[in-house]
Amino acid sequence: MTESNTPLLQIRDLYKKFSISGDFLDQIKFEDGKLTRKQEFVHAINGVTIDVQRGEALCVVGESGCGKSTVARTVMGLLKPTDGSVSYDGERIDNLSARQLLPWRRRMQMIFQNPHASLNPRMRIHQTLEEPVAFHNPSYSTAQCKEKVQEVMDSVGIASSWGERYPHEFSGGQRQRISIARALVVDPEFIVADEPISALDVSIQAQVLNLMMDAQEQRNLTYLFITHDLSVVEHFGTRVAVMYLGTVCELAKTSTLFSSPRHPYTKALLSAIPSLRSDAPKPIKLQGEVQTPVNLPTGCVFHGRCPHANDRCSDEIPLLKMQTDGTQVACHAVDEGRL
Amino acid sequence: MALLEVKNLEVQFALRNGALTALRDVSFSLERGDRLGIVGESGAGKSVAAFAILNLISKPGSISNGEVLFEGQDLSKISAEALRDIRGNKISMIFQDPMMTLNPVLTIGDQMVECLQAHRNISSSDARAIALQKLQQVQIPSPDKRLDAYPHELSGGMRQRVIIAIALLLDPAIIIADEPTTALDVTIQAEIMELLISLCEFNNVGLILITHDLGVVSQVTQRTIVMYAGRIIEQGPTREIINDAQHPYTQGLINALPQQTIPGQRLNQIRGSMPSLDAIPNGCAFNPRCDYTLDACFTQLPSYVRSGGCSVACHMVAQQQADLNHD
Amino acid sequence: MSEETLAAPAPVTGWQKFKQSHLYYSFVSSKVAMVSFAVFAVYVVLAILAPLIAPYNPYDLAMLDIMDSEIPPVWQPDGEDRFFLGTDAQGRDMLSTILYGTRISLMIGICAVILQAFIGIVVGLCAGYFGGKIDNLLMRIADIQLSFSTLMVAIVVLAVFQAAFGAERYSELALPMLILVIGIAEWPQYARTVRATVLAEKHKEYVDAARVMGFRPMRIMVRHILPNSLSPILVISTVQVANAIISEASLSFLGLGMPVSEPSLGSLISSGFDYIFSGSWWITTIPAIVLVLLVLVMNLLGDWLRDVLNPKLNKG
Repeated sequence: MTESNTPLLQIRDLYKKFSISGDFLDQIKFEDGKLTRKQEFVHAINGVTIDVQRGEALCVVGESGCGKSTVARTVMGLLKPTDGSVSYDGERIDNLSARQLLPWRRRMQMIFQNPHASLNPRMRIHQTLEEPVAFHNPSYSTAQCKEKVQEVMDSVGIASSWGERYPHEFSGGQRQRISIARALVVDPEFIVADEPISALDVSIQAQVLNLMMDAQEQRNLTYLFITHDLSVVEHFGTRVAVMYLGTVCELAKTSTLFSSPRHPYTKALLSAIPSLRSDAPKPIKLQGEVQTPVNLPTGCVFHGRCPHANDRCSDEIPLLKMQTDGTQVACHAVDEGRL
Repeated sequence: MALLEVKNLEVQFALRNGALTALRDVSFSLERGDRLGIVGESGAGKSVAAFAILNLISKPGSISNGEVLFEGQDLSKISAEALRDIRGNKISMIFQDPMMTLNPVLTIGDQMVECLQAHRNISSSDARAIALQKLQQVQIPSPDKRLDAYPHELSGGMRQRVIIAIALLLDPAIIIADEPTTALDVTIQAEIMELLISLCEFNNVGLILITHDLGVVSQVTQRTIVMYAGRIIEQGPTREIINDAQHPYTQGLINALPQQTIPGQRLNQIRGSMPSLDAIPNGCAFNPRCDYTLDACFTQLPSYVRSGGCSVACHMVAQQQADLNHD
Repeated sequence: MSEETLAAPAPVTGWQKFKQSHLYYSFVSSKVAMVSFAVFAVYVVLAILAPLIAPYNPYDLAMLDIMDSEIPPVWQPDGEDRFFLGTDAQGRDMLSTILYGTRISLMIGICAVILQAFIGIVVGLCAGYFGGKIDNLLMRIADIQLSFSTLMVAIVVLAVFQAAFGAERYSELALPMLILVIGIAEWPQYARTVRATVLAEKHKEYVDAARVMGFRPMRIMVRHILPNSLSPILVISTVQVANAIISEASLSFLGLGMPVSEPSLGSLISSGFDYIFSGSWWITTIPAIVLVLLVLVMNLLGDWLRDVLNPKLNKG
């Protein structure tokens, strides 16, 4: 289709806001003697530009409210962007109707966070797994569908006896395996994983991560991995994007990010990870509180909490700039050489 | 006499086809100013242990055996009135989700004053003054304004600080914190952990910290208990457990962390999963998942042996000790 | 290849699985539920078998003898063995008429609820899933309909119908008309309940997974969301059947329901009402007791079902 060095996924200048003011009648208020319309928005994504290359595992990290899950859902078409574009393999997909999007549905799949809500409680496992196969391959016979499902179940470590059971009979880790199987059953090339292991126990997290790494190798998958757990990122990701209040602060190769973080937020985030070592340095304290995405700060979204902010930071939004080592950083202090 | 001494605690849940043992033979002690961590995965029984200390286990569960001695009194046997005097007053508890713990229709100040007046005979203005002082102790900015705020007006980290302040209101001897930072972002978690440590040191309060996060336990606690399927399998100084765990499960847990493996390599996983309470194997509960099993592991419940500064329930470790003693 | 083993193997047959379920356990531990269900089952069996077990055919005008009218039940001094529960003002055997009447009441109740449920589920699914303007429109229609009392609407519609078609044509079509009127009057109850459940389920991740898979809205609504919305539908259905039976009884009592020649329990109560003070109390009272008992056991079953299916209560 396109040359192999075109990024598989291109997110360009993505914006997404949600209205929280109710419908039209709720927004009308009587103020200063006249009717005004007040609308409040949650600015979930504010100008995100990311490329995902074929075969890589790009991790998006950030704390709650940073917009990483919203990015995942917008990429998968569950939400429509307010502005900007999402392109897959060179073709724009964010402005397509559900019907037009159908061919992409078997190439792009998603794994969700909550293992207790991501499987239909009233469908047996084999139904959950066979439905997508039959839907995307109308020419397959029943036997062929079952064969395909069996093959994926084997590769993911699911016994065939599980097929007759319902989701509530399984533990969180087992359900997450089934969710992964469901995503793999249509032979996708690209998987968006939205915090797939956050709800699992530590020993089960290891199992599921290994499973995802195996799947990547066997099937040549590209991952967009959303998480808040930086130790997982260090292990699993090829590149990392750090987000804060809907903007990307830093985008770098994993090893570079962990060895030499540039953005002040990245540094604070890395220092806050509770380490097993007894001689770990004290975490960097950030002043102020986490702001809400409703009233975004002017200029750089981080300037209220940043120890290195100056006047320019409160006026001008910093853009992601490429550094000499390939890292992209959105920070005036880095730009000006102060950091 | 230790401040808190739990001896052979057993908790059972009565179900329609028999009883399930959720906690078995749990024993530990705590002094003022000690920080103890209880670590385990979901289903291990750590929250049950915490609730059992304050005799908060509700039907169909009950404490079926053992003692919980607080300042000499057995909390599992005293009257409801005597318990009420201790709960919130001498031993207080912090839960995981601050939004669920705070009453959404009362201001922070109202809730704190209510808590104080339930245990002490003081006026509202005195209570308010104490509340203000505690809010300052937990480093909440503009505490006087916060007293009149509702819970939904505060951020997650702020709410958890308020919860800690409420826990400190009556100057308890022990605080039990059940996963206090799990629902928080990692930067806030770091602040809350530091706050807990400094408060416990400053006020000489004992802390029992329940968590599944080994990193948190490593930074906050001095001693750790590792639980598996309702039993303590390893207990000792935190540093020793982290650096040199003896029990195969503890070792597996630490090795499974991504930090312990070179990026790109497969993680060291423990096969299988923790058994549910109605399907605990004979002998050592960990035997289906263990790589070091001996014959005894399938038939006999391991008893505790000392290994270094730790107490471990493992036949293999016992064997190693026996071999060492022979030499 | 899997290293995971699950606890006990699943029970073999569907019946065994049912016996192990929470529903069955709650049922056998609740005397109220068991008794109510038994009574309801008796009603249903009697209603189905009415043509076989009724001693007389109450619709056969040739069998009626006016000399047999107003005979008291068999335990009264003037009672006769031929008529166990006595006769009404036209000489019809009360027992047979009550059996047939129960049959009609149950049929109207159940069919009306099937109609209500169908309309309500379709509207509720669409309103909940699509949201926005569709939701607003459908729910405003439901609100408008709810502001009219069922009885009022039914009275108007049936009176107009009776006037337009004449009494004879009306008696032929009374049964389907009643089902239609009661069915259409009460769909907003279902629509609201289904809409609430759909709104809750819509945000669950398995629905997102279905959307990400490319399934069309119709498929997601019917195959994925609807099966998960069944609990509340079951709960209100029992109570709605009881309500439908009462609505029909009220309408018949007012003379707008089933005709006297094909009486339901309500019309029996109505036709006997004039005689209640002249001594023939059984013509009204016995059908009334039958009706009240039926509605009572249905309400009790509905209450029990609501408690059983409430996931929050189950955690005790």
